Amino acid sequence: MNKITCECGHVNPEGTHLCEKCGRPLTEEDKKQKIVDMKYEGSAIRSKTYNKTIIDKIWNFFSSVKVGVTIIIVTLIVAAVGTFLPQVVYVNVADGEDVKQAYVDSYGTFGKIYYNLGLTDIYSSWWFQTLIGMLAISIIVASLDRGIPLYKSLKNQRVKRHESFMKRQRIFGQKEMPSAEADESLDLADKKMKELKYNVRREENALLAEKGRFARLGPYVNHLGLIIFLFGVMLRLMPGFYIDEDLWIREGETESIPGMEGYYLHSNKFTFQTYEKGEQTKEFNQSKAAVNSVAKNYQTDVVLYKAKDSAIAGDTENLKKIKKSAIKVNEPLKYNGYGLYQMDFRLNELKAMHFDLVNKKTGKSLGEVTIDLADPKKVYKIDDQTKVELKGYYPTFSGFDNGEPQSESPIPNNPAFIFKMYTPETPKGETSFVAIKQTLEPLGTTKYKMKFASIDTRNVSGLTVRKDKTLPILALGGIIFMIGVVMGSYWSHRRLWLQKTADGRLIMAAHTNKNWFSLKKDLNAVTDFAHLPAWIDQQDEDDLKKKQENEKEGDHNL
Amino acid sequence: MSLIDLSGSLLFIAFIAYLVATLFFGGAIKGTKQDASKSNKNWGKIAITITIIGFIANLGYFITRWIYAGHAPVSNMFEFTTAFGMFVVGAFILIYFIYRLPALGLFALPIAILIIAYASMFPKEVTPLIPALKSYWLTIHVITAAIGESILSISAVAGLIYLMKNVDTTKRTKSSIWLEIVMYAVVLVLGFVIVTTTFKAIGYEADFSYVDKNGAQQEITYNTPALFGMHQYELKSSGKMEPLAEMPAIVNAKKLTTVVWSVIFGTVLYGLIRLILRKPICRVVQPLTKRVNSQLLDEIGYRSVLIGFPVFTLGALIFAMIWAQEAWSRFWGWDPKEVWALITWLFYAAFLHLRLSKGWQGEKSAWLAVVGFAIIMFNLVAVNLVIAGLHSYAG
Repeated sequence: MNKITCECGHVNPEGTHLCEKCGRPLTEEDKKQKIVDMKYEGSAIRSKTYNKTIIDKIWNFFSSVKVGVTIIIVTLIVAAVGTFLPQVVYVNVADGEDVKQAYVDSYGTFGKIYYNLGLTDIYSSWWFQTLIGMLAISIIVASLDRGIPLYKSLKNQRVKRHESFMKRQRIFGQKEMPSAEADESLDLADKKMKELKYNVRREENALLAEKGRFARLGPYVNHLGLIIFLFGVMLRLMPGFYIDEDLWIREGETESIPGMEGYYLHSNKFTFQTYEKGEQTKEFNQSKAAVNSVAKNYQTDVVLYKAKDSAIAGDTENLKKIKKSAIKVNEPLKYNGYGLYQMDFRLNELKAMHFDLVNKKTGKSLGEVTIDLADPKKVYKIDDQTKVELKGYYPTFSGFDNGEPQSESPIPNNPAFIFKMYTPETPKGETSFVAIKQTLEPLGTTKYKMKFASIDTRNVSGLTVRKDKTLPILALGGIIFMIGVVMGSYWSHRRLWLQKTADGRLIMAAHTNKNWFSLKKDLNAVTDFAHLPAWIDQQDEDDLKKKQENEKEGDHNL
Repeated sequence: MSLIDLSGSLLFIAFIAYLVATLFFGGAIKGTKQDASKSNKNWGKIAITITIIGFIANLGYFITRWIYAGHAPVSNMFEFTTAFGMFVVGAFILIYFIYRLPALGLFALPIAILIIAYASMFPKEVTPLIPALKSYWLTIHVITAAIGESILSISAVAGLIYLMKNVDTTKRTKSSIWLEIVMYAVVLVLGFVIVTTTFKAIGYEADFSYVDKNGAQQEITYNTPALFGMHQYELKSSGKMEPLAEMPAIVNAKKLTTVVWSVIFGTVLYGLIRLILRKPICRVVQPLTKRVNSQLLDEIGYRSVLIGFPVFTLGALIFAMIWAQEAWSRFWGWDPKEVWALITWLFYAAFLHLRLSKGWQGEKSAWLAVVGFAIIMFNLVAVNLVIAGLHSYAG
């Protein structure tokens, strides 16, 4: 390694811009500058020093702020493109319908292109994930690259800096002063700066007042928070950390909870409420919206059970009640790290159908048959000689295929049945196909028929079962991020250097990483109090103007 | 007087107070000298006092409406946008007491006024909460996010003043053209307010029936003469204008009509202003910024991002995630509103990195601040009204 030896004798590592000890600019370039670059205190940054091996090049690529910002901007644009049309998860695709077709139907050619480009599921695409991964690497590399040298140089900083360092600070001032007066000024400044809650250190003829140094570490702390957060998100891919299941449960049913082994849920009732007229007039003014009903509540009243230890899987007889609860939107049932959320519902699903076995001619009924659509029986006996056999059951009848009735789904939306009816009059049985508003007699005209009497309905709740073990990690990441971002945003690192020179001047310089206005307020206070030199901001146009004017006036005086 | 009427009156008082305060801030920047004169300071004192009175009235509106409705008044477009306008004034007051720059008030208050005017174009009824919004997180998440956004907006105000001062508008440069486009955009918003208010004053209502995306028959009432008809529309009211063209089912032709009317009105208005002034609007506004110190403006722009960014992160991302976990069982679902909050956040993160490491200060930084505000506005207006998502009840 090529060390750089400063005029003051201190040996600096390669790549250092400002001597770690005295602050003298070390390179020709730095010497030429009117104001030194105080980023990272002029310390040696790995990515700015080495660029030989492949590792150097990769490191330099990811540590570059330009690259980092580019990744951020690309992510931002890609994310925005993903909002042009609803993502696949938010699109209702009917059973059997093609997703692509759904986009074409709704959005035409644009929908087709959008789908073909893979933009309809953009956020789970490998390239979007890669982008986020690159962002994470960039955050880690850039933080290590700059954070560590910055921390070291701030920790080891000296009180006395070389004049060439002070002159190149944005805020600089000097005046000739007798030694005793200068000493008094230093003492007064010491006192005032302590009053302003600065840390004051003195060394020989120099003074350094410093405040809010920890603010410089804010960015690195918040980056750490982000990395922990992203790590937590990745952890969800590990089995067992994350459960996301759906549970459709009907009123009166007890179901085993998917993803939550050994637990059962019983639904007592699902309620859907809208705001009543009365409630609306109180809250609404006269408006058209008042006519429409507004949803007020979606609620499933449930009981959570646990299977007894000795129970065989699926045994719903021997359950231990754990708790009764009302699951509402915004009020999930929480138990043991699991959450049960009210997400969806179906009102008035067919539960049972009642039929009368009727003699077609006389209209006389031989008895009633009730078919539980969720659990139909094979045979319904009315008396010894009278019974109805259920030969076929089609919960969502969708038509015939080759003479065979078809069912689209197991949910009883449009039930159809093939009955074989046995009566004393027709002991061999008669076959009849019965669907809603449709009766067929495929094997000849029958004497009896199954006459539809009534239906029972019930509501179905759509619940989501969720467990996310990564939440504490995400929360930790979030908290650390917030601490870091607040540290870095709400505090600033301010420093004031004062020095009595050998040739009888008092020079001052000041620096802050941000909020120069607030620093100047502090400086104004201490300048008056301690009779410090009048200083100027070498970057402020107004100050520079004043300086030029002063110099001109000086010319006249000569 | 009932609570809701009182609430409305307080909002009106605040609105007027902001208008008056703007004029006084004008007085506070008059003159040619670099340093503020004594009279300037007096004008400034009166201006900030009136602003604070207005802000208190505005808070009064917020609190009385909250009590009346029984929930924080941030649950629909009118309520949220009004609250946002109020917080912009609040953020301005905060920054004013750090930097005491009257020019900031001269620009921030008109923007807040325009936001509140825009808000009052939406239905003002107190609506009952749908189940998804029934949570104390509504209060926490929405208010924090709005405060964050409003502080970030002050950065755009400072940026705008910076640009006004430093962009040479006598030459046709990219910057001067874009600056005039910003002025034009402001006039368009004004156009929207005028169109909506005019037709509301006339009481224009035209009922239509149409067929929606799912093939269902729906009804809709236009409050402006229909330029575009909904999918398979049929005019129900007599003596009203027939639409000029029919739109496919995925386009909300009513909103499109309003937008086109606003653009027409706004453009005519802009043309008239140009005719009267005989020069670009920014050149007329520019002299107001002459005495401001650019360095200070740059710092205000940066400082407001620094103050606003953590608040925005907390409200629009962290609280949002906590609530989403409670309500929708997942803390993140790539819903358009979530995505746009993330986009806003990423944008300001890029802003901070460009500024810290690439030295993007002054004009570049000012433009970034203006773009940031445009993103916030897009999230407020377009994402709520145009892009459908879980948050669209907010429209």
